[in-house]
Amino acid sequence: MKRVQFEHSPIPYLFVAPQIIIIVIFFLWPAAQAVYQSFLLEDAFGLSSQFVWFRNYSDTIFSSAWLQAFGFTIIFSTLVTFLSLGIALLLAVKANEVIQGASTYKTLLMWAYAIAPPVAGLMGNLMFNPLIGDLYGFMNAVGFDFDHKLDPYDAGFVVILISVWKQVSVNFIFFLSGLQGIPKSVNEAAMMDCNSSTRRFWTITFPLLAPTTFFLMVINITYAFFETFGIIDTTTQGAPGGATTTLVFKVFQDGFRGADIGGSSAQSVVLMLLVLVLTVIQFRFIEKKVHY
Amino acid sequence: MTRSTLITHLILISGAIFMTLPVWVAFATSTHAPETILREGLQIIPGGHFFETYNEVLFVEGGVMKKVTATAMLKNSLILGIGFAVGKVIISMLAAYAIVYFRFRLAVPLFWIIFMTLLLPLEVRIIPSYKVVADLGLLDTHTGLIIPLIASATGTFFFRQFFRSVPDELLEAARLDGATSWGFFIDILVPLSKTMIAAILIIMFVVGWNQYLWPLIMTTKEENYTLVIGIKQIYQVLNEGGELPQFQKAFALTILATLPPVLVVLIFQNWFVKGLVESEK
Repeated sequence: MKRVQFEHSPIPYLFVAPQIIIIVIFFLWPAAQAVYQSFLLEDAFGLSSQFVWFRNYSDTIFSSAWLQAFGFTIIFSTLVTFLSLGIALLLAVKANEVIQGASTYKTLLMWAYAIAPPVAGLMGNLMFNPLIGDLYGFMNAVGFDFDHKLDPYDAGFVVILISVWKQVSVNFIFFLSGLQGIPKSVNEAAMMDCNSSTRRFWTITFPLLAPTTFFLMVINITYAFFETFGIIDTTTQGAPGGATTTLVFKVFQDGFRGADIGGSSAQSVVLMLLVLVLTVIQFRFIEKKVHY
Repeated sequence: MTRSTLITHLILISGAIFMTLPVWVAFATSTHAPETILREGLQIIPGGHFFETYNEVLFVEGGVMKKVTATAMLKNSLILGIGFAVGKVIISMLAAYAIVYFRFRLAVPLFWIIFMTLLLPLEVRIIPSYKVVADLGLLDTHTGLIIPLIASATGTFFFRQFFRSVPDELLEAARLDGATSWGFFIDILVPLSKTMIAAILIIMFVVGWNQYLWPLIMTTKEENYTLVIGIKQIYQVLNEGGELPQFQKAFALTILATLPPVLVVLIFQNWFVKGLVESEK
């Protein structure tokens, strides 16, 4: 709050109105609809519907397909988060050390931020295309019996590889700016006390980066949950046999392809709760950071 | 050069190759004839079909889609990217201004409503959102495409944070001079926020350009496809088979969909990094 403000008047309502109107029409109303429909069961023609309490929830959540998607989403987000954070941290630390060519490296490592996930997905898909894809040939040449159209692990590998590739640049930007925010004096003092650069990194630099890392973890989990939709939709489409179906992809599939509105809505509501948990964690952390 | 700096450079070079090579290969392959690609696989050296492929994709009807050319899709992508960025900046600046500079009864509840958008990403309300837009008759329109995307909390939070750091004395002085609330906003606050606005515009242009799920479900007519959606269509065509798979066109389309946001990020690199790091705090 500002100390000095304008007096009471209807003017502020005019200023917030556009934002609020859009939110009510396109956010709150649809979300309420999703919650409402998650309790309804429509007949096959969508003519009548019946209030069924939590049946949609129990039907979807205890179905093997949903549990499979849930399991894959957890493994997938964990791997994507750790791999992309790890690679980005290594690159950011090195890019921060280097003197020659620092800005060239920085540019080359961050520019992929601008590439859309589905575009990355299609590119990866073509590289793994059995007809022309050299990566497909390579994987088979080095002895894997690689076939991402049939083998669930190979399909998972393709989706994870592309998702990590797409996310490294964002993490790199944040890590690098975090590293540059560490005062020189801290590094110099550490340099006097400790000779080993590895130990300096783990005892001084890494703890100082902890807020950035934690923040990025939330961002990356959110990315793996939601934004990878574009990658999955342009590569495996959840195949083979739902092995690479994430929760979001399943909401889309059941709602639009399967026209199962009630079940898809119930899944949406579960996702809302997951987002709520993620957001609460993120904000508690931000409060902590203020005291940091 | 000591051994450790050598290792540092090696790591950075492999990182740079990892991030860059796929896109380079996509470009190089797009400049070859379909027969060459089918026979020899991906290419790393550009071939001689650059003009042929890109001309066909960009300007010839039926080159990529049934009717529309990549130029038309490029136009749609630009409208989405720019409309999204400009709309988001205007709407969130106005809301942040009201919340920071005015004392009004509903300020706190309204702030929480804005905050709630963080909890409701499009993915969790896809089907009802689609219905709302359909009921309003906005399917396949630019309005229907852009408006539902531009309300979000991040922009408002960002400007709120920035407005709070503006010294109170400015408003005191402006009020002594008889400035109205609108006058203060337009003549003082907006010029002060110029760099912030630029940074947010750049980020949001990229985010808007790269939108996928929303345009995917609400555009049904080819002439409304953005480049990113065109990607999806050409992927399906490739999978259906037919005569000779037109891999070079698929690659050309990925390059075209990548180029504008990449150029924006590269040209405005410093603003972009600043905006990204600041806005996500």
